[in-house]
Parts: sequence; structure tokens; C-alpha cells
Amino acid sequence: MRWLLLAMLLIAPAAFAIDPLPFKDRAEEIRFQHLARELRCLVCQNQDLADSEADLAKDLRKQVFELMRAGKSDAEIKQYLVSRYNDFVLYDPPLKPGTWLLWFAPGALVLIGAGVLANILRRRSRQIPEEPETGEDW
Amino acid sequence: MSRLLPLLVFAALCGLLGFGIWWNTHHETNEVPSPLLGKTAPEFTLPLLYEPQKSLSRKDLLGRPYLLNVFGSWCPTCQDEHPFLMREGKSLGVRLIGLDWKDEPEAAKRWLQQFGNPYETIVADEDGHAGIDFGVYGAPETFLVDAQGVIRYKRIGMLTPDVIATELEPQIAAVSAGAAP
Repeated sequence: MRWLLLAMLLIAPAAFAIDPLPFKDRAEEIRFQHLARELRCLVCQNQDLADSEADLAKDLRKQVFELMRAGKSDAEIKQYLVSRYNDFVLYDPPLKPGTWLLWFAPGALVLIGAGVLANILRRRSRQIPEEPETGEDW
Repeated sequence: MSRLLPLLVFAALCGLLGFGIWWNTHHETNEVPSPLLGKTAPEFTLPLLYEPQKSLSRKDLLGRPYLLNVFGSWCPTCQDEHPFLMREGKSLGVRLIGLDWKDEPEAAKRWLQQFGNPYETIVADEDGHAGIDFGVYGAPETFLVDAQGVIRYKRIGMLTPDVIATELEPQIAAVSAGAAP
């Protein structure tokens, strides 16, 4: 049972929705899969376009494929989708004033936490030599 | 004071989580705001559902505001929305254009025959391309387009009587006022 689970876990990353898209070579397919992984499915919003079996995701995959065939760059294809569906379709949100909070809040929180911790440690280290151990801190 | 600090932090955390719950119950968290609001509606030329040899394009609709309702016979929420369109569609004061999205024309016609047809005109977007250009991701969706062809309002999901009264009608009033010389 455990082996079966492990085997399933190993297979899982390779499982993505497969359409019969006529890729001309392996490189094109790799480029397509890479692109589809960076785009969000609008219907089931925690899945990427490569994973989703939603009907709209199939259409959008086809659209992405056709744009690739039309010679569009990855950036142009992303722009095509962003102009219709917003930055939300990108799994990697762009850095701009509207997303500053998203990008910098974690770092800012870590810095604030580190500052508070350093402050507490400094105060404690100053107190310890003066205060003899009483065994009762509170 | 320093003894109270953990309690204060805990209370602040409860406040934050409580706010999160409140926010999520009052907002549609799945809703993706449309980048098309305030922009010209995308180009389309689509066959009419009932007369496929004729077509309707974005330009044909210029001059007067209209409501573009994206629906499909396969879409259960559209069926829930349908009675409200039947009842209030005619009294909204703008043309109601149906966009039959990713649907088989025959299935759509059967559906409309069964439940009634609230639309002035219906275009068929069988392959869903026009829907994608409009940024549609879940029917029903409704766009209010003004006389100049600019998208002024978008509703994702069902038009309920409440939404019609509180959101759509004021928007229609604003658009119609803007259209009048």
C-alpha cells in the first residue's frame, strides 16, 4: 500500500491534461507546456492551464497553441491573455504599485519580526547580569 | 503591560481572522475584475442564431447602448437567471443582445423554445472565440456597452432582481443619460 502511494506520488507531477495538439517537434511541446504552467485556469482558479480539464482551459490552450503557431512570443501570448483576463491569469504576478503589498509584505514582516526579536534579546542580555537567578521570572 | 501583550497580540490576530471571514462572506472571491471595463468592446462578427446566413458585428450595434448577455443552454446558472431576464429584460430600456457561448445552435434553440426568448437578437459564438475576446470565463456574464461602444459595466454571474435594481439600473441610467444629446 505504501509503495503504491509512493508510486502515485512519483507519477503525479507528470500528469497534466493532454489535448491532441499537433506539435511539430518536442521543443514546441516543451515551450507550450512551460507556458501553460505559468497561466491560470479561470474556471478552477487554483489550477494552471496545463492541468485543468475545464472546457474553457481547453479552449485557451488551443488559443495559446495557435498564437504560438502564429509566431507570437511568450510575452505577447501572456499579454493577449492579460488584456482579456487581467494579471490574475499569470501565476507570477508582475511587480507594480498594485502588487507591492504582495511582493514586499512577507519581507517586511520578517524584518519587523527580526527587529522585535533583536530588541528583546538586547534587553534580556542587559538584565541578566544585574538580576540574580531567583527561580521565579513572573 | 508586558503581561497583557500576548493577550493583545492574540486579540489582534482574532480581529484579523474575523475580518477575513467577514470579507469572504461579503465578496465574491473568485471574481476576476475585467480589464475591459472602460475600454472599447472587442471586435466581433458573429452569425445570428436564428438566421445563420446573416451576421452581427460590433459596429452594427453602435449608436445606442446595449446589454450583452453571455449564456448557453449547457449552463445551469443561466437557467436560473433566465426568468429574471424574461420578466425585466424588456423594461430595462436598453437592447438585450444574447451571446450564445460555446453552444450548439440547435440545443440553444430548444432551450429558448422551452424557457422563452428575452433577447432582441442572439448571436452564436459556437467556438467560443468572441467570448474569450470579451474575457468571459463563466457564463452567465453580462456587459453593458454604451452608444460609443465602450464597456461600462460587467456582471460576472447571475443577474438577480437585487443586482438589477442596485447595480444594473443605475448604470443603465448613467449610460442612457450620457447617450442623450
